[in-house]
Amino acid sequence: MKIDLMMHDDRQQFIQGIRDCLPTLLGYIGIGGAFGIVGASSNVSLLEIAMLSLFVYAGSAQFIICALFVVHTPVSVIIATTFIVNLRHFLMGLAIAPAFSQHSMKQNILVGTLLTDETFGVAALQLTKQTKLNPSWMHGLNITAYLCWLLSSVAGALLGQWIKEPTVLGLDFALPAMFIALLFIQLQQQAAGKLMHLLAVVGYTIIFMFVFSYVLPSHLAILFSTMAAATIGVLTKR
Amino acid sequence: MTISTTMLLIILGCCLVTLIPRIAPFILVKKVSLPKWMTDWLSYIPICILTALIVQGMWTVEQGKLILSWHYILALIPTAIAALWTRSLAVTVIVGVAAMALLRLWLN
Repeated sequence: MKIDLMMHDDRQQFIQGIRDCLPTLLGYIGIGGAFGIVGASSNVSLLEIAMLSLFVYAGSAQFIICALFVVHTPVSVIIATTFIVNLRHFLMGLAIAPAFSQHSMKQNILVGTLLTDETFGVAALQLTKQTKLNPSWMHGLNITAYLCWLLSSVAGALLGQWIKEPTVLGLDFALPAMFIALLFIQLQQQAAGKLMHLLAVVGYTIIFMFVFSYVLPSHLAILFSTMAAATIGVLTKR
Repeated sequence: MTISTTMLLIILGCCLVTLIPRIAPFILVKKVSLPKWMTDWLSYIPICILTALIVQGMWTVEQGKLILSWHYILALIPTAIAALWTRSLAVTVIVGVAAMALLRLWLN
């Protein structure tokens, strides 16, 4: 009876995860579609586009892979670049992993496998309201995003025969727009005193990004700016 | 429907190097509990990384020269207003994409 109840609860959490993913789907459709179009115009076949979305499943990295592939960059360089571009997921994982730590290793690995910038953002937003997260909820969120990404990149690849430049539609701005919403909603949920402190941390991040972008490729600038600004955040907390 | 050997190698390699940083923190946190200063530090990561991801598109540096991406910077304004006003992911994304499309149409 108790197990029945738990399974029922997991199912509900999973469905809630799907629901919480719905507002972000537009972003996945926009960027996934744009990826398919870019891939098709970089001489990447439909099967290759589908496999990239299926096995690599990393938005910005997939664009970079296509860009490097089309100019015949060595495989080792492409893989190393992808590693650096996706290193930020390590920080994201560290930030939300404690919320799942009482669940099994299998559940934790599953949560990590499909973690993206967007599902991380939604999870972090949820963590401003509660301290623990349900893995079933996270699976619902992750799997919905994953399927949507796969389908829209394939659809984009098919559309790519007619549309050559996805940027004219403004679809490439779907992702930054989503990040803005995730950031602002998170800031709006803070108490006034803490908000000023967090706004200062946002300011430090921008300054670090400015400085680092002169000396580092942008993906490393993101990583180092985040770590530096978080450090200042801890040190200046009252 | 073809796949080249080169692309197959790329997909396999990239799959691996993407999975490792995604899974490692979950295994790590399961094995050791993080000290208080670390969780404090990590609590700033969402805000900082989202800010950095947004700022990333505002400029590029080419040969030591800063080039501002005006379309991107201008599109941020209505998008930010939509986010503050509606607190809705979906509405913000629609406003952002529409703003960017219109800016490209008008300011070329």
